[in-house]
Amino acid sequence: MITLTIDGKKTQVVGGATVLEAARKLGVYIPTLCQHPKLTPFGGCRLCIVEVKGVPRPLASCTTPAAEGMEVTTSTPQLEGLRKTVLELILSDHPDDCMTCEKAGNCTLQELAYSYGMRENRFRGERRTYAKRDANPFIERDLEKCILCGRCVKVCKEVQGVSAIDFAYRGFQAKISTPFEHDLNCEFCGQCVSVCPTGALTGKGWAKKGRQVEVNEVDTVCGYCGVGCNLTLNVKGNEIARVTSREDTWNEGWLCVKGRFGYKFVNSPDRLTTPLIKKDGKFVEAGWDEALQYATDRLMEIKGKYGPDAIGGLSSARCTNEENYLFQKIIRAGFGTNNVDHCARL
Amino acid sequence: MMAMNLEIKVCMGTGGMAAGGEGVLKAFEAELKHNGLEAGFGKCSSGKVGCRGFCARDVLVDVIVDGQKTTYQYIKPEMVSRIVKEHIMEGRPVAEWEVKEDYHIFHDKQIKVVLHDCGEIDPEDIGAYIERGGYEAAKKVLSELGPADVIELVKKSGLRGRGGAGFPTGVKWEAARKSPGDVKYIICNADEGDPGAFMDRSVIEGNPHSVIEGMIIAAYSVGASNGYVYIRAEYPLAVERLRIALDAARQKNLLGKNILGSGLDFDIKVKLGAGAFVCGEETALIASIEGERGMPRAKPPFPVASGLWGKPTVINNVETLANIPCIIRKGAEWFASLGTEKSRGTKVFALTGKVKNTGLIEIPMGIPLRDIVFEIGGGIENGKKYKAVQTGGPSGGCIPEDCLDVKIDYESLMQLGAIVGSGGMIVLDEDDCMVNVARYFLNFTQSESCGKCVPCRVGTKRLLEILDRITKGEGREGDIELLEKLSQDIKLTSLCGLGQTAPNPVLSTLKYFRHEYEAHIRDRKCPAKACRALITFSISEALCKGCGACMRACPAGAITGEKKQPHKLNQALCIKCGSCFDVCKFKAVVKE
Ligand SMILES: Cc1cc2nc3c(=O)[nH]c(=O)nc-3n(C[C@H](O)[C@H](O)[C@H](O)COP(=O)(O)O)c2cc1C
Ligand code: SF4
Ligand code: SF4
Repeated sequence: MITLTIDGKKTQVVGGATVLEAARKLGVYIPTLCQHPKLTPFGGCRLCIVEVKGVPRPLASCTTPAAEGMEVTTSTPQLEGLRKTVLELILSDHPDDCMTCEKAGNCTLQELAYSYGMRENRFRGERRTYAKRDANPFIERDLEKCILCGRCVKVCKEVQGVSAIDFAYRGFQAKISTPFEHDLNCEFCGQCVSVCPTGALTGKGWAKKGRQVEVNEVDTVCGYCGVGCNLTLNVKGNEIARVTSREDTWNEGWLCVKGRFGYKFVNSPDRLTTPLIKKDGKFVEAGWDEALQYATDRLMEIKGKYGPDAIGGLSSARCTNEENYLFQKIIRAGFGTNNVDHCARL
Repeated sequence: MMAMNLEIKVCMGTGGMAAGGEGVLKAFEAELKHNGLEAGFGKCSSGKVGCRGFCARDVLVDVIVDGQKTTYQYIKPEMVSRIVKEHIMEGRPVAEWEVKEDYHIFHDKQIKVVLHDCGEIDPEDIGAYIERGGYEAAKKVLSELGPADVIELVKKSGLRGRGGAGFPTGVKWEAARKSPGDVKYIICNADEGDPGAFMDRSVIEGNPHSVIEGMIIAAYSVGASNGYVYIRAEYPLAVERLRIALDAARQKNLLGKNILGSGLDFDIKVKLGAGAFVCGEETALIASIEGERGMPRAKPPFPVASGLWGKPTVINNVETLANIPCIIRKGAEWFASLGTEKSRGTKVFALTGKVKNTGLIEIPMGIPLRDIVFEIGGGIENGKKYKAVQTGGPSGGCIPEDCLDVKIDYESLMQLGAIVGSGGMIVLDEDDCMVNVARYFLNFTQSESCGKCVPCRVGTKRLLEILDRITKGEGREGDIELLEKLSQDIKLTSLCGLGQTAPNPVLSTLKYFRHEYEAHIRDRKCPAKACRALITFSISEALCKGCGACMRACPAGAITGEKKQPHKLNQALCIKCGSCFDVCKFKAVVKE
């Protein structure tokens, strides 16, 4: 263990921990934009600078390993002044779009601008402008709002193992880019969307469906497959505005394209909401009691006439384990056949 | 035929090649053959040599008859037959083509350690290097000294890194040696991205084996079995000569397995860089070799602890490594006797700008800047007035006239707000606007910033915008203070050396030439009359003879007038190119 002092308070961390991690452990707040607890440190936003006794220049706490006996100060007038400059520089190249931005109210950059009281900007100047929109079906990439924190690049590489995007160009023209600047064509897991601290990455389907303050967060489990990722439905009225996932769940907030973006069926007019029974060659809406009774009658009839092995059961990966358990039970014990299978095996 | 030995050396560094060195060498070969001369000498050779520094005089040719050397300058192929006839055959050197006094002054103040063999030996011939004592240092190290002894020697010599930061080389090696791990790397940094710098290029083009020998010694000391030379692809000649040298060294078992029976396994790979300035920064360089985008990584951990592929790695500059064989051969005391107490040895500089003698120079540390500019450099061109020297390129600062007596060493330059850096030295005269100089360097660093961190990516852009508007006559009250504040903040918050030093040209020009900034902002005047937006041209009625030269020169048709009548300049059409000013023989065009 390493013992160090942060703002006069002693703490112990394991070897390899960063100064930022040590501060978080102590409950000391240090502003950050590019740091993400699940990703390797980047050190790009420079907001997490701290003073370390004996070191003449401020150090980024997210990349500085904690060392024995280190004495760290996280806030001084000079540090806050430097943070303000850095934030002002970021905002000098960021659209004043909070009025219409999807992310307002849930944006780390906006939050920091608020807490540092940014109004005037000494550095007003040229801004990056990008005319071309990315025509991929799922992810809105508004690169003018991008602060190049690199989180999306890292999550794509380190978590998803895809590396669909990376930094391109140099200097002020640096941007996050796909190969040859083609439209994004990846797994569309949306991990990048989930870690973007600004409104640069959002879901295409999110537009004008409701900002964070307006939505009701409903935790549920994804029904697409048996993995059972935790989902949080962000619901406004009776409509899902978007799907997110909490970082403190077992799937750590990571989802796949279906879980994250495949929620439109819920409010689809084509969705079945009552059972249907085919009568005279046509499906007709029926009540649950009627439908269940009909199914029971027909199944018993078939079993009586042709024996249990004339019946087979095929269940869905979208059911939970418990449901699948009950399903095979009814097939095996209820109907007396082992003809039971599951779409995930096919 | 009286003479016994004849040697002809044609300068074929990049400068020499560009001036037509290849043609000159061919002409000599043909001429000698034509006259049947080869047979008449005990030893007769004509060959290429690397850069000898004075590129402004290329093609430079040495004709050495029985050890008697005559150097010719500005040689073209058609001049060769006369040299062969009069000098070689008749024994009368062609005096009018010989180098003059200034060529000797250029060289006399220099002490050549790193460049000792550059321009003397054929860089593509390992034999030439060996003949002059090459690889003796490596042999001595491998057979007589332990790794710790070598490190002690390098430490004692006082050698500091020539790549810019001036870190003691022996200390770096020791740290890498002590880092745990059985796989270690030696990297030679030949990225050399400073605008106007060509020191490392010339060393590799002129004497690649000295760098390879330095790397072998480093590898032995540190315990590395793999080496890389990271060199920019824009240096094709250096790359080619390096590859030839590596092959030759492998053939002589100076690289490879069990080098010279010593048990040391070491080989060197060449990695081409794509020419990003930031890839010269050691952690970005490592990322680039690993196949990642060349973006710097936070230090610590330092490369000596965790470098290439996470293994202990020594990164040294070309010149640093080229010093090593000399230190071993001639001793640490000898090296330490050159230079000053804290800055030992010599330093190679690329002397460019408004001096008469531009080129590559190697001086002992500690000589005054004045000697470089006014003796080696021969003073300012065209009788203009000295204004400043910019050292250290885009990371450095300027040195004004008052400080011309400053000693060239790490500490003294640092005190002035300039740096030794990797060795760029640009001389500026009265026609150079210092705001514009700062703008030029900021433009460079801004476009070369890797984009990783905010203060460098956006901050340098804002600095550049402010400088831009000042040079355009749109500077605002408060801009100077804003430049100062932002510069300080960028220095303190940037991740790597690029951002941390990028504001230096601004701060240093502000320190010494604040009045120029003020004149631009308050009086809307450029004192050096260099910023187009702030100057006007007009024709003095009293002085104009009506010759019409200006009218013919003006590309914008802004000048009208009758023959022998004073001409008129229409300000609305003038594009301020200055053509009229340059052509007028009567000083009738006024620039204000
Ligand atoms: C932006 C930047 C560019 C650099 N470019 C070079 C370079 O072209 N060549 C070089 O040797 N060192 C360069 N350096 C310095 C290297 O990071 C490193 O300090 C050096 O190669 C170490 O070798 P030395 O100790 O022999 O000087 C650069 C540093 C920075 C910050
Ligand atoms: S898109 Fe978002 S996550 Fe990616 S670099 Fe930009 S701001 Fe960061
Ligand atoms: S200081 Fe500049 S070059 Fe260095 S990491 Fe930051 S953005 Fe990249």
